[in-house]
Amino acid sequence: MQIQMNVNGADRSADIEARTLLVHFLREDLGLTGTNVGCDTSSCGACTVHVNGESVKSCTMLAVSANGETVTTIEGLASGGEMHPMQTSFMENHGLQCGYCTPGMVMASVSLLKENPNPSEAEVREGLEGNLCRCTGYHNIVKAVLAAAG
Amino acid sequence: MIPSKFDYVAVDSAEAAIAALTEHGDEAKLMAGGHSLIPLMKFRLANPTVVVDIGKVQDLSYINDGGDHIAIGALTRHMAVETSDLLKAEVPLLAHCASQVGDPSVRHRGTIGGSLAHSDAASDLPAALLALNGSVVAKGPSGERVIAADDLFAGFLENSLADDEMITEVRVPKMAGAGWSYQKFNRRAQDWAIVGVAAVLNGSAGVGLVNMSSMPMRASAVEEALAGGASHADAAQKAADGGTPPEDLNGDAEYRTHLAKVLVERALTEAASRKS
Repeated sequence: MQIQMNVNGADRSADIEARTLLVHFLREDLGLTGTNVGCDTSSCGACTVHVNGESVKSCTMLAVSANGETVTTIEGLASGGEMHPMQTSFMENHGLQCGYCTPGMVMASVSLLKENPNPSEAEVREGLEGNLCRCTGYHNIVKAVLAAAG
Repeated sequence: MIPSKFDYVAVDSAEAAIAALTEHGDEAKLMAGGHSLIPLMKFRLANPTVVVDIGKVQDLSYINDGGDHIAIGALTRHMAVETSDLLKAEVPLLAHCASQVGDPSVRHRGTIGGSLAHSDAASDLPAALLALNGSVVAKGPSGERVIAADDLFAGFLENSLADDEMITEVRVPKMAGAGWSYQKFNRRAQDWAIVGVAAVLNGSAGVGLVNMSSMPMRASAVEEALAGGASHADAAQKAADGGTPPEDLNGDAEYRTHLAKVLVERALTEAASRKS
């Protein structure tokens, strides 16, 4: 069926099967491969994107349900060649090891700070409970989010 | 994993959803946030031929003061329930339980009506609805009816709604001043409860259990013991009475029975300490 949505500031439309998951639409139809598929069961958070500004696990949302909505992926965070402050903070604090969870971590962290601009360390850890890092690099991820909160 | 093929219908009102259900009967499934249904479809545990997307029915997302109760639109997201000042003041157990569902990204999509309709013994909100003696409003082609929490859950992932009915509203009695507690026992932050206990002390006691039967379960034996004057410790010994705890990698029935007793006692103790 025909869908249309704003992805990273651009209007995109496509004719897709209703069963297409949002993550597959982003990766395969739009070529936005920054969003990863991890567990595929809404546990790991590797596929986290924003729908209307809120973090969502795109492996558990149909692309057709995002029809008419605004979607932001990791590719859409930077603006005018400048990295988003959260991306800079992850870089400066070495908030990654293998990098597979990183796009989802960054997207979840941006959403977290939008809802709670000055979180405690415990609140960051709880806020990111839906994002798993199998390198167990949580220490520097939490540090990066706290630094980005300022 | 990608679900099997289905026909997709997006609706913008409860009436349109009910019309679609009436047309397609038990071949159709309603989808709100999709966080229960999509996993079931991926695992082929549900194979609806028609998915009716009610996720954008805006007028079913609200939290209103109904006098002696709070009325919550069925499509209200868990995040909105968790952060509602009205619910935090009047029904703190429900706001707290909503904050224990999944993780923030899940709570941005999942809805209270969807979670209750899913009737999963392992999920948090059914236990809260039982402990609170809440109810849901079900709407069908011939009008509305109110279903008490005790009559809503009908079996493993089954509710008592007719094929052409949908939950439009959830009602929970105000409980300001009452004692309450939610004990969720799991090994990792975002996991399902291995066992959970929701308790309300408000004159009489209400106790709901998570994962102690094939469907959400009221701890009737505990409530009756407390009504008869038993101590919290003695009443808690009856926590698993009437239950059929599931067995899985997290624990066998004996372990869950033990957990239920320990958690009911903790819940009653905490609830009593909060009662004003």
